Amino acid sequence: MKIAYYPGCTLKTRAKNLEDAALAALRVLGIAAVELPRWNCCGAVYSLTDDDLIHQVAPVRDLIRVKEQGAETVMTLCSMCYNTLARANRLMREDEEKRHTLNTFMDEEPDYHGEVEVHHLLTLLRDRIGWKTLAAKVRRPLTGLKVAPYYGCTLVRPRPVSIDPRPDQPTILDDFLRALGAEPVDYPARIECCGAYNILSEPDAAHRASANVLASAERHGAELVITSCPLCEYNLGTCQNQVLPHGEGLRPLPTLYFSQLLALALGVGNEELGLELSPASSLKLVAERISPIHQA
Amino acid sequence: MNESTLKTPMIKMIPIFIMGQKYEVPAELTIMKAMEYAGYKFIRGCGCRGGICGACSTVYRKPGDYKIHTGLACQTVIEPEMYLTQLPFYPALKATYDVSTMQGIATEIFEAYPELFRCVACNACTKVCPMDVKVMDYIAYLKRGDIEAAARASFDCIQCGLCASRCMGELPQYHIAQMARRLWGAKLTPRAQHLAEMVLKIEQGLFGELIAKLETTDTAELKKLYNAREMEPAMSRNEWKPSKDNVGLR
Repeated sequence: MKIAYYPGCTLKTRAKNLEDAALAALRVLGIAAVELPRWNCCGAVYSLTDDDLIHQVAPVRDLIRVKEQGAETVMTLCSMCYNTLARANRLMREDEEKRHTLNTFMDEEPDYHGEVEVHHLLTLLRDRIGWKTLAAKVRRPLTGLKVAPYYGCTLVRPRPVSIDPRPDQPTILDDFLRALGAEPVDYPARIECCGAYNILSEPDAAHRASANVLASAERHGAELVITSCPLCEYNLGTCQNQVLPHGEGLRPLPTLYFSQLLALALGVGNEELGLELSPASSLKLVAERISPIHQA
Repeated sequence: MNESTLKTPMIKMIPIFIMGQKYEVPAELTIMKAMEYAGYKFIRGCGCRGGICGACSTVYRKPGDYKIHTGLACQTVIEPEMYLTQLPFYPALKATYDVSTMQGIATEIFEAYPELFRCVACNACTKVCPMDVKVMDYIAYLKRGDIEAAARASFDCIQCGLCASRCMGELPQYHIAQMARRLWGAKLTPRAQHLAEMVLKIEQGLFGELIAKLETTDTAELKKLYNAREMEPAMSRNEWKPSKDNVGLR
């Protein structure tokens, strides 16, 4: 299977491990992710101001690039890119007037009407591969590993672009973890905010939000938290040393991208996972808790 | 001189508007020559007159067309009824940095030009570029940290600044691209090993004796040697090789 792939800027720099692991896992699954030959930053955050159409230009241009490739579907790995592209796509489908304004402004591009389908890798795995097929390809079962699926905000909100039919009680990451042989941890903070961009302007507020997520996961027995968003990973993982003092008795908790865990379970070598970009506690967990590859 | 050569040839004149003032100028002139014909004298903003230096940017419009058109005055042929002005310079802040102390990583560009992330992908920059550089695309490459792609995509840039004049994010694109090319050239491209080896040989005195000999040779003999020197033919392909007694091969 071939699929058009929109990486996003952060996956080429700070979150290289999110991309590297996903592409290695996709190779094992026989999916060729074809990076768009031309793409620009999606804008990272969907503009909520109703008449602020200039900030819709970037994501819509990316969707036009997908259409130009003759592709019907585009895959993203980053939650924020997914959210921004999916919402801009919805705008182009549903709002005739704004669609006209945007198409007229981008007079050097072909018109776009929302023809492309925006997927996150998780929805592709669920809808095109299937959890059973995925489970059959696992070579390093994560049996007994208690993993907290962290959805955060942008995978599930707002409802029309949620990758799970129940944005308030999503299960897609739980199902994903079960397919890999891991044990998903049910914990209340799974869809709460990590603090997001407050890390820049109000770092303490962000650390408090992250401490809430980590404490909730830890109280329910998690050994590892998985994310699909570079900003969540930054707040929960990279900044964890600053977060820990904000939660009483909070201990270091490993974090990984869902794609790293996917690649691990599929038997991809550790050297392809970009683990050096992950927190030290995550490296330790992989070394100690994940069994070597089962030879077929 | 016979009579026919003295006749004034019929020159078609067309109207153009320079900064709002109408002039009748000979068709088929470039904008720069048309302006000179109209009486303008370029003491700055004319540069090389060869389409390379980027000093003579023109912005113009045509009747009945909402598009902004641009070109280099020395290269662009006038059109009837065009409305034009010169934009020889556009203010844009240039960061100060020392390439020799840098590593050639994207963060260095982000720190020098944080406004890079103000780009909203409107593409106005690409639309005005007189060199057809995909300006928005090289900015996109840099946002994702791909210095090499940005250096290659911006290679044709002549630093005219028209991109910066149209940018709604207020980026100085051409300065950012120049930094990318500098970092790429200085830090990311492979070093030529054979050059280092040759420099070392020269430092060790490879040509010392020959140069000393030349220094005492008279001008007539020097001219003779110069004209008889071995050189690659202008139209040669890859088959040309220097002769074995070429001193550079020692």
